[in-house]
Amino acid sequence: MVQTLGFNQILILLEAFRWTLALAAIAFVCGAVGGLGIALIRTSVFGVLRRAAATFIIVFQGTPLLMQLFVIYYGLPLLNVTVNAWIAVAIGLTLHASAYLGEIWRSTIMAMPKGQEEAAKALGLKYWDRTVYIVLPQALRMALPSTVGFLVQLIKGTSLAAIIGFTELTRAGQIVSNATYQPLIVFSLVGALYFALCWPLSHFSFNLEKRFANAR
Amino acid sequence: MRCKKCTSLNILKSGDIRRLSWEELAVGYSFDFSVIFAAWPQLLYGCWLTLVISAKAMAMGFAIGLICVVVRRTGVGPLVWLVKAFIEIIRNTPFPVQAFFIYLGLPTIGIRLSPDTAAVIALGLNGGAYAAEIIRGGVESVQRGQIEAGRALGLNGFQVFRYIILRPALRVSFPALASQFILLMLTSSVVASISATELASIGQQLESTTFRSFEVYLTLTALYLGMSATLTAIFATTERVFFSYPTR
Repeated sequence: MVQTLGFNQILILLEAFRWTLALAAIAFVCGAVGGLGIALIRTSVFGVLRRAAATFIIVFQGTPLLMQLFVIYYGLPLLNVTVNAWIAVAIGLTLHASAYLGEIWRSTIMAMPKGQEEAAKALGLKYWDRTVYIVLPQALRMALPSTVGFLVQLIKGTSLAAIIGFTELTRAGQIVSNATYQPLIVFSLVGALYFALCWPLSHFSFNLEKRFANAR
Repeated sequence: MRCKKCTSLNILKSGDIRRLSWEELAVGYSFDFSVIFAAWPQLLYGCWLTLVISAKAMAMGFAIGLICVVVRRTGVGPLVWLVKAFIEIIRNTPFPVQAFFIYLGLPTIGIRLSPDTAAVIALGLNGGAYAAEIIRGGVESVQRGQIEAGRALGLNGFQVFRYIILRPALRVSFPALASQFILLMLTSSVVASISATELASIGQQLESTTFRSFEVYLTLTALYLGMSATLTAIFATTERVFFSYPTR
């Protein structure tokens, strides 16, 4: 039976939109924790760990996010972990975010003027104190524009969960479009919802970048 | 077939602990890559198709990006607004939605595209919006004095753009364009879902005939990694060869 595109269908899209938001939020928060770890390892003194983290970043930046999601979705059951698409996608996006945020934050940590850390060392601060009070506050502030920019990438990345079979906004769009035979309008609506979320963030990121560039 | 419990039980019954390989101990699943080695020619063909689709899309994206930059420089209000809207819309919506819009949505207003054409167009438009911003960054890095000097030498608008702005701009934006191409190649794995033929869709066919999902996707991931590593190396060499001339 062909449904007409009405209030109910839009409600389905909005409900699925919450899952997009939840996925993006979880991946961003967990990815930030992972990314911080990766960035600190990449700038640490342990050669082996540094190379391992570098390999992690190369693998996750050099392969399609969709393939990463598939490998995790089919790989976790082999470790006798039963997962549904939702968990698999959340883990996949978290690892993806860890790699990208790790690389962004590594670059700003390394871009910090040498004098800052030398001064902290001269004051007798230990590694953790130097990192927490001197390096990270400045480095993360510098990285804010690119971090917000990556958040936009991540929100768009959650749409790949649709291909794995998890019902978020894009998948809901496919379902509604199949039921109503109005793909043009449905996908425009879906696109508009993503746009409403991503565009302000992109704008915010752009303004931050301009402000930081002027401040320098 | 996959029967995790039976394999480990049988091996335990036989009493020969050494026959338990690490893989079986750890996960109770024996990997079988033989079906994938058997399909090697298909997979390599898939890599080739992916590179061809990406190259076509990037060529289209570069052209679109260049047109966007030129249009923005003309300063004609409505056109500039149109280009800006195009760039913002593409950059702030996910690629799968754009692909579905073009492949599934456009036929309802009479524009029917084959999956492969739709894939190239979707990737090309997507790449174009990003390329436009990258090229614009390069063009803006050309100093005013250069352009004024060109004018003073009697070059016309086109000649100034072609010889004084574009060449240095491309030199500046080449690394970003190169990584954009690699990102586009990785994104192209999504077009399998609008039934275009490339590496990911060949992988999906292989999965549906062999039921070795994990092995198939692990191999695909490795192939994409190999392609992006190769492209990175090629672009680094290209940059050294073509753009290493001294600037001052």
